[in-house]
Amino acid sequence: MMALSNVLEAPAAGFNFENSSRNAALQAGLEGQTPRPMKTGTTIAGVVFKDGVVLGADTRATSSEVVADKMCSKIHYMAPNIYCCGAGTAADTEKTTDLVASNLTIFSLNSGRKPRVVMAVNILQDLLYRYRGQIGASLILGGVDCTGSHLYTVGPYGSVDKKPYLAMGSGNLAAMGIMEDGFRPDLELDQAKQLVRSAIQAGILNDLGSGHNIDLCVITDRGVDYIRPYQESQYKDHRTNKYRFRQGTTPVLTDTVVPLELEVVEEKVQQMETS
Amino acid sequence: MEKVCDAQIKGVSTGTTILAATFDGGVVIGSDSRASIGGEYVSSKTINKVIQVHDRVFCCMSGSLADAQAVTKAAKFHLALHSVQMETPPLVIAAATILKDLCYRNKEELQAGFITAGWDQKRGAQVYVVSLGGMLVSQPVTIGGSGSTYIYGYVDAKYKPDMSREECLQFAINALALAMGRDNVSGGVANLAVITESGVEHVVVPGNKLPTFHDD
Repeated sequence: MMALSNVLEAPAAGFNFENSSRNAALQAGLEGQTPRPMKTGTTIAGVVFKDGVVLGADTRATSSEVVADKMCSKIHYMAPNIYCCGAGTAADTEKTTDLVASNLTIFSLNSGRKPRVVMAVNILQDLLYRYRGQIGASLILGGVDCTGSHLYTVGPYGSVDKKPYLAMGSGNLAAMGIMEDGFRPDLELDQAKQLVRSAIQAGILNDLGSGHNIDLCVITDRGVDYIRPYQESQYKDHRTNKYRFRQGTTPVLTDTVVPLELEVVEEKVQQMETS
Repeated sequence: MEKVCDAQIKGVSTGTTILAATFDGGVVIGSDSRASIGGEYVSSKTINKVIQVHDRVFCCMSGSLADAQAVTKAAKFHLALHSVQMETPPLVIAAATILKDLCYRNKEELQAGFITAGWDQKRGAQVYVVSLGGMLVSQPVTIGGSGSTYIYGYVDAKYKPDMSREECLQFAINALALAMGRDNVSGGVANLAVITESGVEHVVVPGNKLPTFHDD
């Protein structure tokens, strides 16, 4: 019987390194002019508190030195009880989490069970390891299942770590400092939200790749509270002009109507069964 | 374009000090708990490098964390299947051979080394080391990882075969403490496991409770 956890083709036994030789060949061919992917720059963080898990993220996506998206959503849905923050290449985090979310949904339907956080972690680890770091996704997974509240990090090469508090992304050094100072076991909900907020704030202030709003996601056994935004950026742009032009701004000089002549070539009638 | 030199491990590496030593009636296996990136940033202070691959068989990982975790996962699966098919607990050499096969056949792509230690009915307490390229060697005591270079002298001088359980545990803790004190990519807590016929005992010594030496 095929393992329920992975409804795609079970990969062949052993390690598969096919893509790394293809990538090396591509890089050699392009002579260093490889296109720059959109990265999420990013500060993401998570903490396990008394009743569950709080995940947090900033909302800036950069493409080299330009901010590509100011309201990027970095906390992705994996399952009703599991959410995942993603740092690294934006497309990679989006697609990887989407893929695993689909897998978990099918698993739930097949088995009648809610997925466990550790299962999502294992599938992600297998996937990222198979691609040897070519998928640039650094993820923080958090969720509450029948075995309790859990917080994991999965690196782009496929390394996994389980901790009660984590920060990833380019702003993780700043965020980690706040986490190390403020974390206590069994925090209350408000304390946990404040801690994650402060950690992301530190990343936003001190890292160029992170900025704008702070999103939070609180997961407990009673449900999920996705707070977007939890805190808005103090730098809101005010457009000085309206870019809507009223009808008549552009004068119409001439107006020509050409009717298209169509002839009926074939007519098919199919009776619908209405009985 | 960055050039990654061969000596550097891509992603998170375990830096590491790992060791295992047999005593009269069992074996002690232990490691530090630091994971680093590029030898500059400690990405985890409490990573678990002592993995239980079966009831009485443990292994310690060194090298690239992703590679080592993937190999131990595969080894756990193969060993479990082997044990079910044989209807008997696996031999320690079986576990070591599985790891060796994975490391040897994929030596171009993998950067991971292991120390396997355990107890079985046939040969009692044993320690095996599987190096980076897939060499498998059995030794009564062995050390590995970047931090091991600082404790070869200590191990050669202080190890005696047929120590008691307490002596061997203290020897292992001292060795780890000395290595963690000198190697920048080893640190955190000392994670140890004592494996005997009757069972397994986990010992964790936090960094501040480690033995100190003359200039600490």
